[in-house]
Amino acid sequence: MSAAPIMELRGVSKRFETKRDLAARLRRARAPTVQAVDRVDLSVAKGEVLGLVGESGCGKSTLGRMVAGILAPTEGQVLYRGRDRAALGGAEARDARLRVQMIFQDPYASLNPRLRVSEIVGEAPVVHRLVRGRADEYVDAQLRRAGLDPAYKRRYPHQFSGGQRQRIGIARALAVQPEFLVCDEAVAALDVSIQAQILNLFMDLRRELNLTYLFISHDLGVVEHLSDRVAIMYLGRVVEQADTPTVFGRPNHPYTQALLAEVPRLDARKRRFTAIRGEIPSPLSPPPGCHFHPRCPHAFARCSAETPALKEVAPGHRSACHLNDIRH
Amino acid sequence: MSAAAGAPAREETPFRRFLADFAESRMAVLGLVVFAAILVAALAAPWVSPQNPYDLAQLDIMDGRLPPGAQSAEGMTFWLGTDDQGRDMLSAILYGLRISLFVGAGSALLAGVVGSALGLVAAYAGGWFESFVMRLVDLQLSFPSILVALMILAFLGKGVGNVMLALVIVEWAYYARTARGSAMAERRREYIEAAECLALPRIRVVFRHLLPNCMPPLIVVATFQMARAIALEATLSFLGLGVPITEPSLGLLIANGYQYMLSGKYWISFYPGIALLVTIVSINLVGDHLRDVLNPKLRR
Amino acid sequence: MTRAASATLEVRGLSTHFFSRAGVVRAVDDVSFAVGRGEIMGLVGESGSGKTVTGFSLLGLVDPPGRVVAGQIRFEGRDITGLSDAEMRRLRGRHIAMVFQDPMMTLNPVLRIDTQMIEAVQAHERVPRAEARARARDALGLVGIPSPEERLRAYPHQFSGGMRQRVAIAIALLHRPALVIADEPTTALDVTIQAQILAEMQALCARFGTALIWITHDLAVVAGLADHVAVMYAGRIVEKGTVEDVLDQPMHPYTAGLIGSVPSRTRRGERLPGIPGMTPNVLNLPPGCAFRTRCKRADATCAADPPEFAEDAAHLHRCFHPLVAIPA
Repeated sequence: MSAAPIMELRGVSKRFETKRDLAARLRRARAPTVQAVDRVDLSVAKGEVLGLVGESGCGKSTLGRMVAGILAPTEGQVLYRGRDRAALGGAEARDARLRVQMIFQDPYASLNPRLRVSEIVGEAPVVHRLVRGRADEYVDAQLRRAGLDPAYKRRYPHQFSGGQRQRIGIARALAVQPEFLVCDEAVAALDVSIQAQILNLFMDLRRELNLTYLFISHDLGVVEHLSDRVAIMYLGRVVEQADTPTVFGRPNHPYTQALLAEVPRLDARKRRFTAIRGEIPSPLSPPPGCHFHPRCPHAFARCSAETPALKEVAPGHRSACHLNDIRH
Repeated sequence: MSAAAGAPAREETPFRRFLADFAESRMAVLGLVVFAAILVAALAAPWVSPQNPYDLAQLDIMDGRLPPGAQSAEGMTFWLGTDDQGRDMLSAILYGLRISLFVGAGSALLAGVVGSALGLVAAYAGGWFESFVMRLVDLQLSFPSILVALMILAFLGKGVGNVMLALVIVEWAYYARTARGSAMAERRREYIEAAECLALPRIRVVFRHLLPNCMPPLIVVATFQMARAIALEATLSFLGLGVPITEPSLGLLIANGYQYMLSGKYWISFYPGIALLVTIVSINLVGDHLRDVLNPKLRR
Repeated sequence: MTRAASATLEVRGLSTHFFSRAGVVRAVDDVSFAVGRGEIMGLVGESGSGKTVTGFSLLGLVDPPGRVVAGQIRFEGRDITGLSDAEMRRLRGRHIAMVFQDPMMTLNPVLRIDTQMIEAVQAHERVPRAEARARARDALGLVGIPSPEERLRAYPHQFSGGMRQRVAIAIALLHRPALVIADEPTTALDVTIQAQILAEMQALCARFGTALIWITHDLAVVAGLADHVAVMYAGRIVEKGTVEDVLDQPMHPYTAGLIGSVPSRTRRGERLPGIPGMTPNVLNLPPGCAFRTRCKRADATCAADPPEFAEDAAHLHRCFHPLVAIPA
């Protein structure tokens, strides 16, 4: 990674507090707080695909929204091309927002049901004057790039299938000429065969437009296929980070190891499923110290007392586990 | 790969689909047809009714209290009888419908605009403004509407304009509450997030993205409110606090004939009552089915 | 394929059609399969394949405008196709149980767990309440719910998603049914929780000799869990056989396409072969083989209905141009 990263997160946290109503305030009850994302450091180089993996409550969607600019971090900085986005103003801020776009999970909820496809895709470029005069040809080009026939652009979203709607969402994002795409479980709601088409589309677009991706998914197979580097999250924290072959071949963190052992694989045959015990804790009351220690087969005293820091265990390979200190 | 976008059926706008869904209920279609007939009859009253009941020159007190089917001196048939002033009931009902519908629809629409705007802005703005508006709504809704309307009219006096104002004040809260609830649910949806991600101006997001998708429940509220407003206005007029005698609505007609109910001259109250009933029921039938059709959870 | 004379479930020529405003939807079209005692069968397909409707048809749960129009269902040797509602009710829950994708389809949110489970027990057997409660407690323990005695007094909303699904499975197993039909029960759950549920189901089926039909779109789950698999497309079974046969040497182009759509280690970073086109529109199926609009091997002969399954073969397919080589 020679050049500076295109996207960098430094100590980014996000807390959600449910507002206390008057009665609770009078009682001086503490507001229940969810620490959705906890001091995450992450960087993405230009042109690479960073996969972000985790289960429910891990904060990956929240993190994705902070990267895309939909949510503001409670703490920490989001730097785009080296500049803190929160410090930008006016036209620069708007440009920075347009450069990072998001592809959403639910193809049914991510398109305004009352607008025609041409309006959905063409609205932002016209509003932001990216297109002079006739937007028609521009919209056609975007639709074609996403694999759709422009002849149908006057139709409404409900007349398309899930996979096509996802393509419309992609065309909408591409229409503002982004450099960075955040894909938040973008293929999770699609049928397997359609999933493959959309994944191929992502790979093609990456090559053609030199895009950078933050690919958020719970599906390890898909992440392995698409990503250059992978970060694993658990309950708001990044627990492991490395390039893809390393994470999938030589996982260091016990959670990563368990995840990889438990994911059903097509090439496996009748196997005995072994599972780690325990439930995923609620983000409202995470376990102290290392969040994973109640379910970890190797936990020891230090794990419940002290939060492990994300440290380098090998060049380019970081893991947050106290066991690494012992191994050395 | 240029995968063809399949072959979605014929040009099917959301509106056409809505019409098809609506037509599935015969009762609702019947209600719509009846209401349309009433509306047309009311609008065309000056041309359709046998006489103008408020033109004193056309009235003859000797024609008073004639039963349905009786004939006047000139040979005009009083299909639904006459009232104590000699007015043809059919004409009186047609003219009365005009007032009732005007007041009912007008106040429902006006209250809708005011209430929905407040509700939407409250949901989007949040904070103290939202709390303030919602507490106002709670306050408003905790009083019985007839009581509030009576108080306002006692203060302002009779008149069509005053009645409409009173009704608007009574009705806006339903719209505000519905609009706010709807907006709050829609705000979190991903297409709104997408609009924000695309850095669209907030005004545009509220009016082009949020509002159209909050419309369905508001339309349902509007139909029910219209029926309610008509009934409420009838009640107020019946009590003598609503429209003036020169522009009688159905309620006032019923009030006028009330004293004769037990002495055999039922038609003076009865037929306006039927007209009122049919109007309200038809609106309710439409509104009921509309609510099912527009409910996204029940669809697909 | 089991040929045992006393197969727990034998389905022949099952067809379920929906008579809608827009036309007749042949959701399930001439489906035949059999499941033996203690066997696990995977029923695999994407949207519109008819797999869920098949499961519902077996239990007589298809609501108007749909109904079973043809076919024979034999359960433990007895023909249950034309049974009345009352007789089906006696079967359901007692001898054949169903687990749904959303556990809240089984659980009543306003009743406590013990109330619901006791009700489930007493619906089929006259046992005193105390004994029913004891059975409920044992069932919870069986599915791996810790402290079952306390959990019995809880409400469904106090459980996490994975726990709720376990409770639903416990209810399904209360009467030790001979057959369990599971409709995508782990699709909405996290990987680690899914692994736990799969482990439990495997163990329970082995222990009680319960036959299991696992309906899913996830081939990887089927690979690890099932003994044999049937692949459905547009209402028809296009291939069936043992998991090894079907997944290692698929004969039908659709099966091969499905396998090719799943990212796996062998194809990391490459374009996924996948299947072109869209999932079938069940209102508008092409005559003959429904898959031919997306099949590279299709030609004029495919416009006729594909051949029937040969009766005695173990690995069956319905295709005029089956693959004979192992796909890359």
